[in-house]
Amino acid sequence: MQYQFNWIATVTGEPGRWLWEGFVTTLEVSFIGIVFAMILGIVICVLRMTRFKPFVWFSVAYTEFFRNTPLLVQIFFWYFGAGVILPDSINDWINQLYYWFPGPFTLGGGEYTGEWMLFSSESVSVIIALAVYTSAFIAEELRAGIFSIPKNQLEASRATGLTFLQAYRFVIMPQAIRIVVPPLISQFLNLIKNSSLAMALGVTELTYQATQIESYHGLAFEGFTVATLIYLAISLVVSFAINMYNKHFMLQVKY
Amino acid sequence: MSYWDVAPEHWGLIWDNLDYFLWGAAKFTDQFPYVENLGGLAASIVLAVLGILGAFWLGLGAGLMRISRNRFAKYTSIVYIEAIRGTPLLMLIFWFFFLAPILMGQTLPAFHSTLIAFIVFTSAYIGEIVRAGVNALPRGQMEAARGSGLSHVQAMRYVILPQALRNMIPSFVNQFVSLTKDTSLAYIIGVNELMRTAVQVDNRETKISFEIYITIAILYFVVCYVLTSYSRRLEKKLSRYQARDR
Repeated sequence: MQYQFNWIATVTGEPGRWLWEGFVTTLEVSFIGIVFAMILGIVICVLRMTRFKPFVWFSVAYTEFFRNTPLLVQIFFWYFGAGVILPDSINDWINQLYYWFPGPFTLGGGEYTGEWMLFSSESVSVIIALAVYTSAFIAEELRAGIFSIPKNQLEASRATGLTFLQAYRFVIMPQAIRIVVPPLISQFLNLIKNSSLAMALGVTELTYQATQIESYHGLAFEGFTVATLIYLAISLVVSFAINMYNKHFMLQVKY
Repeated sequence: MSYWDVAPEHWGLIWDNLDYFLWGAAKFTDQFPYVENLGGLAASIVLAVLGILGAFWLGLGAGLMRISRNRFAKYTSIVYIEAIRGTPLLMLIFWFFFLAPILMGQTLPAFHSTLIAFIVFTSAYIGEIVRAGVNALPRGQMEAARGSGLSHVQAMRYVILPQALRNMIPSFVNQFVSLTKDTSLAYIIGVNELMRTAVQVDNRETKISFEIYITIAILYFVVCYVLTSYSRRLEKKLSRYQARDR
């Protein structure tokens, strides 16, 4: 093998800084995506549980459509295609540049331009796509969690005099949440992994920085290996946290 | 000017390019693959089918190692499965793309290296499916098979796996659906499949992005939705014949 590996150059100097910035961007995009995905997912799940048929049809169509189309197509749709149907005001809003927290700042004499915190229309499209895509999965997980509680629990709590909402609040939800948390966390992990597709639009997250290291420094294999290890570390930390959570907080329910 | 004024022209352009979306610039030849320049949806499906066929065998191996009592085999397979499930597919695709020149001194064609990445990626998930499927069978099946004089390997081969694999078919179909969706990532390193044909047409026509991505999404949706509903029906049908604990 004639290839000379150069691991030190990959994690220090300019490539190292790029990787760090990419890591921060990945976390930012994923975090915002997770928040919006969760909100959308809860809304879709609630629509699915109502008795008003058009709401149910809408949420079924939503989950089926977004679960069965590739994320990359959705990202490209929101970035290139959606401008045609969105009103001008929203288009203008998306096409500005934003500084995500905290923007340019000075710290200890050093100036930080906050370049990697610049939120472009690309990031906005990617976040919309990630949130919409993941919310379809989250809605299904939530519904499965609530439906896994036997129906007679609801009937029994209604019979003891609780209202419908009280029954959900005090009987169904406390049990359903414990069932739902592990699959939800794995959906969040999927979202973090899927955020790597943002590089297709040129959002400077971890994968993009790895390709940049490849083209500027020729450290193709090393750059991608380090980036892979960073993703792996994120996943392992989160799944370790889930296991701890399961050990301490899961009720051992037997029906 | 509203959208409806330009819609007929735009959708007309989509109609003109529909054959390119479906099979690219495919031509039949008389040499081995019998077709060249396969692209579009056909190439995506070919990638997904070859990927799932390869991943089945690799995943079966990983899953059986995962449940074996040999410590070395077990921990190797745990590391393999967890490492790959914790990595984005795009990373694996790039990784195999840049690994090939190091190992062989020359680049593999993008199609082959993505296919390898798909096989490796999906095999980790199939390994988990195999483990879950084998563990879901009642313990009595294994005990009875061993009790009637079969060796461990024979019991696996003739009693456990035939039942477990049949119960796993819906999960395999779901995995195939998710692989079909994931073939769109091959676009990023330049395999000429459905996503890439879409981007090519988009770059040529420049003003019909909206219609193109809707069309592509619908093409993927049709394939994936048909398979998903098939797997749901299959699941209902198969669950009737499953061996249970009593």
